[in-house]
Amino acid sequence: MPETCPPFDPESYAAVTAALLGLPLDPAWMGPITANLRVLAAAAALMGAFPLADEIDAAPRFEA
Amino acid sequence: MSAYELSTAVAVAAAITEGHTTARQVVTAALDRIGRLDGRVGAFTDVVAARALAKADAQDAALSGGAKPGPLTGVPFAVKNLIDIAGLPTRAGSKINRERPPAERDGALVRRLEAAGAILVGALNMGEYAYDFTGENVHDGDAHNPHALDHMTGGSSGGSGAALAAGMVPLTLGSDTNGSIRVPAAFCGCFGLKPTYGRLTRAGSFPFVGSLDHLGPLARSVTDLALAYDVMQGPDPDDPVATLRPAEPVLPHLDAGIDGLRIAVAGGHFARGGGPDAFAAVARAAEVLGARGTVELPEAHRARAAAYLITAAEGATLHLDRLRTRPQDFDPAVRDRLIAGAMIPAPHVERAQRFRRWYRARVLELFETVDVILAPATPCRAPKGGQTHFVLDGVTLPVRANIGVFTQPISFIGLPVVAAPIRLDAGLPLGVQVIAAPWQEDLVLRVARHLERTGVSTAPIAELA
Repeated sequence: MPETCPPFDPESYAAVTAALLGLPLDPAWMGPITANLRVLAAAAALMGAFPLADEIDAAPRFEA
Repeated sequence: MSAYELSTAVAVAAAITEGHTTARQVVTAALDRIGRLDGRVGAFTDVVAARALAKADAQDAALSGGAKPGPLTGVPFAVKNLIDIAGLPTRAGSKINRERPPAERDGALVRRLEAAGAILVGALNMGEYAYDFTGENVHDGDAHNPHALDHMTGGSSGGSGAALAAGMVPLTLGSDTNGSIRVPAAFCGCFGLKPTYGRLTRAGSFPFVGSLDHLGPLARSVTDLALAYDVMQGPDPDDPVATLRPAEPVLPHLDAGIDGLRIAVAGGHFARGGGPDAFAAVARAAEVLGARGTVELPEAHRARAAAYLITAAEGATLHLDRLRTRPQDFDPAVRDRLIAGAMIPAPHVERAQRFRRWYRARVLELFETVDVILAPATPCRAPKGGQTHFVLDGVTLPVRANIGVFTQPISFIGLPVVAAPIRLDAGLPLGVQVIAAPWQEDLVLRVARHLERTGVSTAPIAELA
């Protein structure tokens, strides 16, 4: 992540994205939702930190 | 109580075929045991007694008339309640889905098992929409581990493990997206097969994550597992992921032993982050199997993260309309994870899928040097019901998110696995994953059978008064 990138703010992100998705967002749910978003962001960071060649595309039909 | 009530599927079918008992007697005994014990175990959400008895009577009549018996003649079985049963709404562990119209016909695997003579007796409890590792359900009540009723069954196929451990039926079906067959098999001390991705049709089941969903059998013996697996194989145009490969029966070679097999233990990610019991169970299996050395599945921790992202995003996409209109009708723990999953930016999910391809290629390279890999099924024995955190390697972690730490990197690329139960002592069981390359279910079942035959892997019925 470039240093110029602002820190992830899950509360404001959840509020904006819920509007985009048309999802209701009860304030009582915000704690667990943002906690989950932080875990997902950490998982995404693990993905992002791993170099993948451009040629490695997602299999259109995954076969084991 | 029928002498066959607590027996294996193979023994039940043989007893009926040879005239020692009848399908009606066996099914009646199963229904009686379910009625007697399920109030405490919570394995079943529906019992289809009238249907089962009618099928049993029809089978008995056909056998009397000289009909050729199927390999599962008269064997009672039950299925996770995300698999269609004609006449019942497919609830998938949810409150919302029970408003769906009743299924018009049975799921494909139910039809295939019944074509072999098995008799469906009911639908089994599960975590809501399969997004679960505990076996707990806020709508139907929790499934309880028959070996210690105050402990979890594991999930999400909790009822599938509990019904076996309680001796209610000798065969169940479950689904496994990230570990949902293997975890309850380990916690409840029975055998579970998660076949290769695409091997068994999923037609007529309620999905969770299409990219990762598998269906498979659980049983108290490897022979039962193999027999059920064999009769369920084969292409199915109703599931676009189902393989076009013809059935490749494993039963004829089940007792071929392990001579010549190169067996190794998974190191790295699979050798840390669990309790000592989990690794002791693997060591015991490795010793009996003569496993030599360790192999490292590269970037397994990242594979787990990728599976987590794909699961959250695909699961959320499936349920988006319900999250918009009926969020209050979800289990809050499921709803909050799904809402967060809906918010994942697409590039993160796409990258996880691209990583999946990379990881698959690296792991397949490992299978050039080994045939079978052993790994723990879970990081510990079954936690207490309602337990939210456990301590692993000195670190306090949330239970729900970490029970599948060793199963997720395996199902992520669809490898075939048997979860084989191991009992280190008189306490709760553990499980070992026996893993092979894609389409080599024969190897994982042969190895599991060897563990069973040598007495290392056993699946006794719990002592429930």
